[in-house]
Amino acid sequence: MLEINNLSVEVGGKRILTNINLRVEMGYTHVLFGPNGAGKSALLMTIMGFSGYNAVEGEIIFKGEDITHMPVNERAKLGIGVMTQRPPNMTGIKLGEFVKLVSKKNINPEELAKPLDMIRFLDRDINVGFSGGEIKRSELLQLAAQKPDLYLLDEPESGVDLVSIEQIGSTIKKLLFGDATCAGERRKKGKSALIITHTGQILDYVEADKGYVLSNGMMLCTGNPRELLNQIKSKGYKGCIRCNREMS
Amino acid sequence: MQSRNELKKRAESAIKKSAAYGEDFDLDTLGIASTEIATSENLQDLDTETKKKLLNVGVVPSGEGRVGSFLMLDNAISHKSLYDSSLELMSTHEAMEKYYWLKDYSWKLVAVDTDKYTATSYLENANGYFIRAPAGQKAKLPVQTCLLLGSRNVSQTVHNIIIVEEGAELDVITGCATKNGIEKAMHLGISEMYVKKGATLNFTMIHNWAEQVGVRPRTVVHLEEGATFISNYISLKPVRSIQSYPTVKLEGRGAVTRLSTIAVAHPGSELDLGSRAVFNAPDTRAELISRTITTGGKIIARGEMIGNAINAKGHLECRGLVLSNEGMQRAIPILEANVEDIELTHEAAVGKIARDQVEYLMARGLSEDEAVGMIVRGFLDFGMRGIPEELKDDIDKTISQIGMKAM
Repeated sequence: MLEINNLSVEVGGKRILTNINLRVEMGYTHVLFGPNGAGKSALLMTIMGFSGYNAVEGEIIFKGEDITHMPVNERAKLGIGVMTQRPPNMTGIKLGEFVKLVSKKNINPEELAKPLDMIRFLDRDINVGFSGGEIKRSELLQLAAQKPDLYLLDEPESGVDLVSIEQIGSTIKKLLFGDATCAGERRKKGKSALIITHTGQILDYVEADKGYVLSNGMMLCTGNPRELLNQIKSKGYKGCIRCNREMS
Repeated sequence: MQSRNELKKRAESAIKKSAAYGEDFDLDTLGIASTEIATSENLQDLDTETKKKLLNVGVVPSGEGRVGSFLMLDNAISHKSLYDSSLELMSTHEAMEKYYWLKDYSWKLVAVDTDKYTATSYLENANGYFIRAPAGQKAKLPVQTCLLLGSRNVSQTVHNIIIVEEGAELDVITGCATKNGIEKAMHLGISEMYVKKGATLNFTMIHNWAEQVGVRPRTVVHLEEGATFISNYISLKPVRSIQSYPTVKLEGRGAVTRLSTIAVAHPGSELDLGSRAVFNAPDTRAELISRTITTGGKIIARGEMIGNAINAKGHLECRGLVLSNEGMQRAIPILEANVEDIELTHEAAVGKIARDQVEYLMARGLSEDEAVGMIVRGFLDFGMRGIPEELKDDIDKTISQIGMKAM
């Protein structure tokens, strides 16, 4: 589904990702751990193709197509959807109208908004005056309308209260796994995802297949996501950095 | 009481007086538009092109959804019809003859010697529409009026008076347009509006002039106690120059006004648009909002609030989008408080469309054009109420064209 080979990225002339390799297969969910400033968000922004994130080396392949320099909307059309951390205020653009447009008028925004408790936001300008949790739910609502094949989710649980985490976690699970009842079915029918998480809370809702640790723009480690999370919890990212040094 | 002679003298003294703002036009190079034009019994008898012009400024030729229609072509009253007998709609000249008391309203809000444009309008005995809603009358549908320029190298001089008597409610849609092929012309428009105690006037004006037309409206509104004046002004099409600075005088306790402007300056257009609220009575409220876009023309968005009475509250908002390197946007908000216990605020911002906003929409699959179009539409859509349905298609079309040009 997604294949990143030797990717290096610069922002404002400064190198922030170096030689990243990553692969997300169809129906798999991968999580990305890393301390603040590691470059996790930059990686998602680069995959989506936002301007300012310049891929100076390497390539991004999606569904067999080289998308490294493809415009944002082409990537969206190919099936990539993103939830960013701090989306801009979209004054004058109503969430409900946009959701309808994104779904190509195929859905009823109210039906989609109900489980996310977002009905009363449909008439509001997107992100304007939204709280942290409301922004996340609004992003998920848009993703539910967009129905991408690959979800890029940047810290879906951050800045969110406990009730919202429940809504957000179960919505993501539904979006990714649909009605799949077992791992095998998930591979065949499910969507792919690359999720950034700080706390690992999202793992209580979504079964992740693989984890990565990113630090200082470089991939330090890959492995079982829960194992990685436990390591990070007990030894911190310093432990990962030390381990990586010893290994190499 | 100022005598006619006095007014004439004052007007004559101002006949060369430049306006405070905007390009200075030499009116001597133009003739005065004709008052001798055949009348139309029915607006539907007009030629197809003219009917389309009317529709694009919110004036429905069939008169459907309106209680009255009035068309001034050049300086002639070409059509007038009224389906609501409780209202009055006639030419200003007719009204001046009919009502002796109207002299207490005519040229009382707009000074004849404001500038050469008011002076010329006075000296040319400008005609226009007179609309009056008697006390307590609440018109269910709007009255539509159209000021149409049909000849080249002329000045159209207009003098309108609207009176909304105590407790009455009136909606007026005024569409201003130019017939095809009019290369050069001027529109001088005096409007004096009186909204009395507890009355409401909703006034929507749509301008759709042509590349070489100069437009100088002079509007003053007088609000009594508890009166409400809502104004929507829309100018989205190319024009040489518009300079206007309508003033609302809040003279009675608790009077309220809201003036909204949306305008686009195309290459070669110069728009100097303002709105002014003068709080002369306690507990008055005003909101002045403008959303302007340049695609290559020049825009000055002025706003002024002068607080002369306690517990007045006003907010001024000028936001401008720059969609071309050729264009210019200047926002000039002015707040003046002359008493304590007053709250006047403003917000002004000019700039281009933020890249992150465009990409945010693109990340959901919209093309760059669609994203810009949506942002522009959102920018202009800030809840203007009372925009005629007939206009919405044309507004949408214009906005998508603007969006395309922005890329």
